Amino acid sequence: MNRIKTSLPALGVIAALLLAWWGAIVATQSLIFPTPWGVVTGAIELLANGTLWRHIAASLLRVGTGFALAVCIAVPLGLWMGWVRGAYLTLNPIFQMLRPISPIAWIPIAILWFGVGDASPIYLIFISSVFPMIVQTTVGVHTIDKRYLRAAENFGVSRATLFKQVVIPAVLPQVLVGMRIGLGVAWLVVVAAEMIALRSGLGYMIMDSRNAGNRYDLVIAGMIIIGVIGLSLDSSMRRLERIRWVRWRYAQ
Amino acid sequence: MHSKIEVRGLNKSYESDQGRLVVVEDISFTVRDGETVAIVGPSGCGKTTLMNMIAGFVKPDAGAIVIDGKPRLKPDPKGILITQHGSVFPWLTVRENLMFGLNGHAPRNKAEIADHYAAIVGLKGFESSYPHELSGGMLKRAELARALVVKPEVLYMDEPFSALDALMSLRVRNELLRILAEERHTVMLITHDVEEAIHVADRILVLSPRPARIQAAFDVPFPHPRRLTSASAQELRVAILRELGVDHYGG
Repeated sequence: MNRIKTSLPALGVIAALLLAWWGAIVATQSLIFPTPWGVVTGAIELLANGTLWRHIAASLLRVGTGFALAVCIAVPLGLWMGWVRGAYLTLNPIFQMLRPISPIAWIPIAILWFGVGDASPIYLIFISSVFPMIVQTTVGVHTIDKRYLRAAENFGVSRATLFKQVVIPAVLPQVLVGMRIGLGVAWLVVVAAEMIALRSGLGYMIMDSRNAGNRYDLVIAGMIIIGVIGLSLDSSMRRLERIRWVRWRYAQ
Repeated sequence: MHSKIEVRGLNKSYESDQGRLVVVEDISFTVRDGETVAIVGPSGCGKTTLMNMIAGFVKPDAGAIVIDGKPRLKPDPKGILITQHGSVFPWLTVRENLMFGLNGHAPRNKAEIADHYAAIVGLKGFESSYPHELSGGMLKRAELARALVVKPEVLYMDEPFSALDALMSLRVRNELLRILAEERHTVMLITHDVEEAIHVADRILVLSPRPARIQAAFDVPFPHPRRLTSASAQELRVAILRELGVDHYGG
């Protein structure tokens, strides 16, 4: 009941926007731009012939692969850079320089190296999500409260215990923040990457709808679906904050 | 009784914007085996630096710390440091925290030993709780238990009860005294609370304002359990406060 109450204003704004959109189409008698209802029927059409599911699956698979590769590289690398000062001093300047380069700028190089198959967007997703995760993991190691490291030193535990019971659990919440950022960027990038010369994915679907007869109802349906999936990816990452190993960080 | 800890001519200074800042100046004293020595001093006088040097976390510029006849070079589990803000790992349960320092036991024995010490400090039933589910006093008990588990010879306590309210501080102090009566550790306690020092210590060293030097030493001859309201305890308290520059206690 309370949830409904708190989300009322947001729902109101959405309803008002839809109404304004509809009104504008009626007033201008636009032939190209669809009405909200046109978008709904367009989406139903995509659902019915099964193309929508194919495109969603293709996009998610690319994001999943690129993101998983990035996690596998970024977390160990970030831990290493955070713990070993020499590694940090050597690698950090390079990563800080690569990080602000938009993944879109990598597209020509990706095509050159990987062609126009699935490997290109996977590479772009990798390159866009790996840096924020490296940075967050490194910061996580650097910000471990000194008193915990001192306690570990005091008890004279082995290096393995130090990492397993102190460093990694202390860093995990930061890793999770990095993963949230990384996955968000990955989803942004996959759509952009798929707009270039692929035959599947939500990005391709949007470009294809426009090119094949100005189907703006499908363009907007695609955009809304991208938004909804992005939102649910983010909220599933947030759900991870409740797991046992990181709950301490949010409990205070 | 032989001397457990010998502190010889400790000096420490830091570079700061205003030049060289001498924090600890020529401090020497000894602590006997099984003795509880409290160090009181005004805040910011260098007590914590002194403790960190004795516990092995900070290197002195000059002087030496000799423990059982051997120079102390780095921290080890024979002397556990307990600080004001505590260092119970928030990501481990009470039991896991207590098992942390136990090496060379079978896992099942570790859990048994941990639970035994949890019971000693009154945390029975909270072995599987996480630190954020405990109160400040319970957290302090957990930290004490984690130190006791590894059977340290010395407890270094740096303002251990300062973050607790007065009542809880008194309770945990009583708890500590009860445990000390059974296990006979050597204890070094740093505090700014004169009453706390009189409550637990066998001997009290008063430090001067920065740079810290030993300004006075008092024996506390009262048997446990102590009555802090007794005339002799009050007299001692006034004498210590006078050393700290507070002449008119209680107006």
